[in-house]
Amino acid sequence: MIIGGSAGSMPVLVELMNQLPSPFNVPIVMVIHRLKNVESELDKLLSVHQTIVEPEDKAPLLPGNIYLAPQNYHLLVEEDSTFSLDYSEPLNYSRPAIDMSFSSAATAFGPEVLGILLSGANNDGAAGLCRIVSKGGTGIVQDPATALFAMMPQAALDRCTGIAAMTVEQIIAYLKNISIANKR
Amino acid sequence: MVEDISNNDFTELVKIIQQRYGYDFTDYAPASLKRRFIRFTGYAKINSLFELKHRLLNENDFFQEMVQYITVNVTEMFRDPSFYKALREQVLPRLASYPIIKIWHAGCATGEEVYSMAILLEEAGLLDRCRIYATDMNAANLRKAEAGVIALKNMKEYTYNYMQSGGIHDFSNYYTVRYDNAIIQPALRRNIIFFQHNLVTDQVFNEFQLICCRNVFIYFNRTLQDRVVKLFYDSLTSLGYLALGIKESLLYNEQRHKFEAVSIANKIFRRKV
Repeated sequence: MIIGGSAGSMPVLVELMNQLPSPFNVPIVMVIHRLKNVESELDKLLSVHQTIVEPEDKAPLLPGNIYLAPQNYHLLVEEDSTFSLDYSEPLNYSRPAIDMSFSSAATAFGPEVLGILLSGANNDGAAGLCRIVSKGGTGIVQDPATALFAMMPQAALDRCTGIAAMTVEQIIAYLKNISIANKR
Repeated sequence: MVEDISNNDFTELVKIIQQRYGYDFTDYAPASLKRRFIRFTGYAKINSLFELKHRLLNENDFFQEMVQYITVNVTEMFRDPSFYKALREQVLPRLASYPIIKIWHAGCATGEEVYSMAILLEEAGLLDRCRIYATDMNAANLRKAEAGVIALKNMKEYTYNYMQSGGIHDFSNYYTVRYDNAIIQPALRRNIIFFQHNLVTDQVFNEFQLICCRNVFIYFNRTLQDRVVKLFYDSLTSLGYLALGIKESLLYNEQRHKFEAVSIANKIFRRKV
């Protein structure tokens, strides 16, 4: 499961982390637009029930762990279930760029990927989420009507079909459902 | 633009480049390289993999353009200020005991980090005793690095980074401004040698007290990382320092027991005796 968010996504992320079914037996990767070259405690802020780690290069993706894309790098996943970092040009004015992480997950894991795109004020993530859907994965956006900044989820809905718009409550209910399904 | 490259096509492209041009991307981390291949097809307006392979096989200039595009040449001055602070406080005082200090900047891109290092050494009064060997596989990068010309619009951020790293001088003393560019003071370049070296295919060429190779390993797979760390080990004096990018790790490297950590957070290691 991979989540992208930008402006206005923090309250939603905190809510998601609070309500996350436990144990949630898939790796979760969060890609959030953030400042670079400053000390950040975002990982600690989001560590509500469980410690969130910023992966280092080549770290393995493990089920039940929650990862946060480090500042000033793009975060990619490889087919052998490890992380790769990338320091190329910002994409959509962003590094980490959600599009890059989403696309690499789609390429590596195809139908197994669940991508969730939250509130934000640019169109990063739209192309990546569409790629997840086109590779057979599941794409969800935060319902633009309920997002603090509607542009990012709306951009994904405008770009391709097959993406579901959900309120935060619906997303949480959805996650609880798949977590039960996984247990069976 | 090509939308997708299958693993087979990807392997074939890498093989063509290796056999025709001698650049070996075999053990690069695939996700990122694949993305840059795809991005290049957009830039070069290439619509099929057949066309890409055909042009690679037949046009020399085309490859030169491609290599410029698929290698990552992004860098900043004083990137990760805490790293430079650690260098200042924990490494430079130790290096000061050597009569001649040899430093290797491997994968220096357009030189921003080399000049950051030169500024630190100048401030520590060590630059005159240093030889900095700055290498990259990409010749165009080296020409740019050697010129020491940096876009002025970045200088505000670099000044901020410099101050965060514990710099106390007036950063603007280190460059002169001409139109939209900042030109690094020629005096800072006095002991820097720029030349081409490919970490994948080239060998040990000297012995160093400090090797900086930041944000290069992220493009390599573990096999290649193992090999290059071995190359660095062989290029370091005993107790020589190795600095990696802040999110790079020796944790997954087979040579890890041959190094001890000086600063885990800033990824500064030291070769054991």
